[in-house]
Amino acid sequence: MAETAIFDRPLPVGSKGRDSVGWWGVLCLIATEASLFAYLLFSYYYIGVQRGPAWLPEIHPKLTLSGPNTLILLSSSVAVWWGEEGIKHGRRAQHLTGIGIGIVLGTAFLIIQGFEWKAKTFGLNTSAYGSLFYTVTGFHMAHVFVGVAVLLVVWIWALIGYFSPRHHARVSVAAIYWHFVDVVWLFVFSTFYLSPYVLA
Amino acid sequence: MSAAEERAPGGARARADFPGPKLLEIWETKPGFINWLASVDHKEIGLRYIVTAFGFLILGGIEALIMRMQLAQPGGHVLSPQAYDQLFTMHGISMIFLYAGPVLSGFSNYLWPLLLGSRDMAFPRLNALSYWIYLAAGVFIYVGFALGDGPDAGWFNYVPYTDRAYNPGINIDVYSLGLILLGISTTVGAANFVVTFLRLRAPGMSINRVPILVWGTLTASVANLLAVPAVSLAFFLLWLDRQFGAHFFDTSQGEPLLWQHLFWMFGHPWVYAIVLPAMGMVSDGLPTFCRRPLVGYTAVAFATVATMALGFGVWVHHMFATGLPSLALSFFSGASLVITIPSAVAVFAWTATIWSGRPVITTAFLFFASMIVLFVIGGVSGFMTAAAPVDLQLTDTYFVVAHIHYVLIGINVFPVVGAIYYWFPKFTGRLLSETLGRWNFWTMFVGFNLGFFPMHLVGLAGMPRRVYTYPPGMGWDGANLVISLGSLLFAVGVLLLLINIAVSLKRGAAAGTNPWRAPTLEWAVPSPPPPYNFAVIPIIESRHPLWEEALAETPRRSQLDEGLLLDQGRETIGTTPLDGRPDLIVNMPEDTLTPLTLALGLATMFAGALGHIWWLAVLGGLVVAASLIAWFWPKRADAREPANG
Amino acid sequence: MGYLQTFGPRADPATALTWGVIVISLIVVAIILALVIVGVIVRGRQLSGGWPEISHPRSEHWIWIGLVPTVLALIFTLGWTVAVLAKINSPASKPAFTLEITGHQWWWEVRYVGPRPADTFTTANEIHIPVGIPVLVKAATADVIHSFWIPALTGKTDTIPGRTNLAWLEADRAGIYRGQCTEYCGQQHAGMAAYVIAQPPAAFEAWRQAQLAPAAPAPAAVAGGETVFNDHCSACHAVRGTSAGGALGPDLTHVASRATLASGILPNDRATLMGWIANPNSLKPGTRMPATGLSGPQLNAVASYLETLK
Repeated sequence: MAETAIFDRPLPVGSKGRDSVGWWGVLCLIATEASLFAYLLFSYYYIGVQRGPAWLPEIHPKLTLSGPNTLILLSSSVAVWWGEEGIKHGRRAQHLTGIGIGIVLGTAFLIIQGFEWKAKTFGLNTSAYGSLFYTVTGFHMAHVFVGVAVLLVVWIWALIGYFSPRHHARVSVAAIYWHFVDVVWLFVFSTFYLSPYVLA
Repeated sequence: MSAAEERAPGGARARADFPGPKLLEIWETKPGFINWLASVDHKEIGLRYIVTAFGFLILGGIEALIMRMQLAQPGGHVLSPQAYDQLFTMHGISMIFLYAGPVLSGFSNYLWPLLLGSRDMAFPRLNALSYWIYLAAGVFIYVGFALGDGPDAGWFNYVPYTDRAYNPGINIDVYSLGLILLGISTTVGAANFVVTFLRLRAPGMSINRVPILVWGTLTASVANLLAVPAVSLAFFLLWLDRQFGAHFFDTSQGEPLLWQHLFWMFGHPWVYAIVLPAMGMVSDGLPTFCRRPLVGYTAVAFATVATMALGFGVWVHHMFATGLPSLALSFFSGASLVITIPSAVAVFAWTATIWSGRPVITTAFLFFASMIVLFVIGGVSGFMTAAAPVDLQLTDTYFVVAHIHYVLIGINVFPVVGAIYYWFPKFTGRLLSETLGRWNFWTMFVGFNLGFFPMHLVGLAGMPRRVYTYPPGMGWDGANLVISLGSLLFAVGVLLLLINIAVSLKRGAAAGTNPWRAPTLEWAVPSPPPPYNFAVIPIIESRHPLWEEALAETPRRSQLDEGLLLDQGRETIGTTPLDGRPDLIVNMPEDTLTPLTLALGLATMFAGALGHIWWLAVLGGLVVAASLIAWFWPKRADAREPANG
Repeated sequence: MGYLQTFGPRADPATALTWGVIVISLIVVAIILALVIVGVIVRGRQLSGGWPEISHPRSEHWIWIGLVPTVLALIFTLGWTVAVLAKINSPASKPAFTLEITGHQWWWEVRYVGPRPADTFTTANEIHIPVGIPVLVKAATADVIHSFWIPALTGKTDTIPGRTNLAWLEADRAGIYRGQCTEYCGQQHAGMAAYVIAQPPAAFEAWRQAQLAPAAPAPAAVAGGETVFNDHCSACHAVRGTSAGGALGPDLTHVASRATLASGILPNDRATLMGWIANPNSLKPGTRMPATGLSGPQLNAVASYLETLK
């Protein structure tokens, strides 16, 4: 019989971390969001190429805030990864601490980004560069904000005790989304803060 | 490990013809209006998609007929230029965005789980959300139009004409926000198809056993995930330009051509997204009537994917006249010409299927077979415009109007109407009238060619497109009259279809499970299918589960009559992405109102943004956030949690 | 307006290619149409005869057989395309002079650029060129995107804000060639025609000299009309040699020498001219030219004045 050949082992019921259907769904979300940022950065480079170096308001953008902020965001990814490991192995305290640190670092990133915005001498409607700068970094901040909110909800659910080593699909989903938001920042940061040093 | 977390699938078994009452109780949407709104049944949602899309098709058609009244003679006075501009814009938006894409989503939503041997899509709630947002976006744009503030700069919406300096009303904002809203619907729908394809095929259905329609919709969905952000972003940036003084596209500091790049990076893949699933319908429907499997399944599947992959590299052929260097013109001409090859594969496969089969002439067959001819006509006119020097003459004339209508009506509407004749019995349990069907087919076919073929000729005679009138004596008069009369005949054909549907819904002959003796899984279940689709989970051994006896090509037969029951709640089998080996028992969500509240919240947000009523936008945002939290609320770890959205 | 017959070295190679791809296309359509129709007639049957047996003959080879001529036709077309692109990229000889063509909502500004500022003049909508001599076109826009197109002489050139796109015009036969804007640009996109008048070089030179000259002083009989013009029209229109120097509308220095009004959509006769000045919107809905509110005698006077601007 076909059936005996194909059903040769017991099957897990419902979600199991990265086997869940939701995991694949969030990968689709990440694919489409990554495309969104690709088109944003395409817009930046397209206008940059059309205009030449003169379009940059600062040939050497200051890294005093954005540099350390990049490190903060990267550390938050490590914390969230560590927190996810916690729930996988049933270490609830590690889970709560890791995700908690992620939330704090993510929030810090947002606050520092606020200061970075304030320090800029141009606005959204000053020039094409200004429009791009605030839109791209704004889009990214919106993603960080959503990411922090998702981590917060997951953290509360963890506190109530919804997750277990077998049932934590939502934690995995939140974590991969968070890592994605961090990786996007590396592209945004390289484009706005580093590429002028090389290209201009 | 608790018993609830892992289960040996050998457990509850049943025979398909005796499923017991439990499955029905688990899967059925309860009666009542609220429950109807809460339904997440893919069949219900699929039908809503199809009906709504046809609503927009009829609106777009009426708009076209009014324009054809204006253009029937030179110097027409039926419409003012403003009215004409809104009509041709709404016609394009209705047909391209609100009909052509969604109608295919409707068919695929209805058919996919049946074709794949699943009990629903991977994300039933996301499916409902996708529909509600689509409806909201369509209503959003049409309310603007009804209030006299409809989009009026063409579906392509070129900047700077759409900048506030030249277009100060809210017309373009209605379009911008409406299309971003629609983009969300398309995106979540696409993600649903991709994950369903990867994870929810029946055991044994490896990826080389899925119908071509599935390949078409999958390809379109992947493309939508990658391409829709371009147009959503373009419209968002335009909205920032218009409302907040940003400088992305404006003439003073921005780059107007950036709009065209972003728009066509989306636009060209989108054209394939709204024809590839329809080509899939022909690839699956034609063989049924030709009494043989499709010629060259693998080649056609590859051609489907190849068309889309190439489709991402040709957007510049919409911009040949923008002042590009010769080298770029040559490159994009070449890339555009190469797309002919996968298209030719499909055409030769269909033609060979007819010749080497024993075609049974039904109305559905006539629509599918005639599509081959219309596809070739639309294809060669595309091939002509691919050659840049020729395009510099052809572009923005009626020749291109002819081309796009042969492509969109020929490759979308004709297959879709064929698909209605083909699958209506499955949807309703009744056959459409074949007699009325012949009248329907010939009226549409003659009307279409009469209405659109002469557009090639007035195009070659130099008539520009998007003109609200034209002077006499240019040699365009006679052809334009024929075009207007032809379009009227075509509309009568569509009306005959609607009449056939209305009559057959009440009086059509009973269809039975498999009226066409077709090979694929949807014909293994009753017509209309029960809410749970399959009483037992099928196990698949070939590409043609219902033709295995006749073909005798596989050592084992697919198992459809007896098998796994899975009746402990809404459940289906999850399988591995490539081989389709069982992997997981997937819990499916219950009916719920959260998709509807989420869609309403989003629509409220967008309405607030349109009118700068920020408290309304925030209110909408809160509804969205609350709906999302309710949506993803987990059950306790010791209980079973729904795996998916 | 057709382009299956063209009259200059920029358009002709593309026209040959157009005919080429039309022929290929017709052959392809004829073959597939015949295959489908004959296939259905020969192989098809009615359902009343019952369902035939299912079979699975191997017919994949037909796909590959079909692909061979397809690929050959593609390679042939691509080669021809690249050759034509190279040919029409620039004229055989150096262009005699430069035409700056600027799209406006909804008319064409045409500036003849001579070697010296004194050789430069501006006109509108009617473009004179010498037969057999290439002319460089610099296409630009004053507002939104338009597209410059004279089908018998050249394919389209979009006019894009912030850019100047290059094209060239050359007619090998005297004649009047109509063109029209082909990028949707608003309400009067349909009302934005242009004419190229190709003349023998001597006639062209005479025309050029006449256009170059400022307007002759207004005869006493139309002095009143000139006053009306200066009071009501000169904010938008220029008449060289007078105090009228507006730049929003077409230059009217030699408006009476033009055959058409309102960007090639109206005949330039006295009745139409007066109707146009009185209420432009009734003749061209949406036009940027406002109603002047002139009285009957004022209209008469200003029309008489404009008729002297030969």
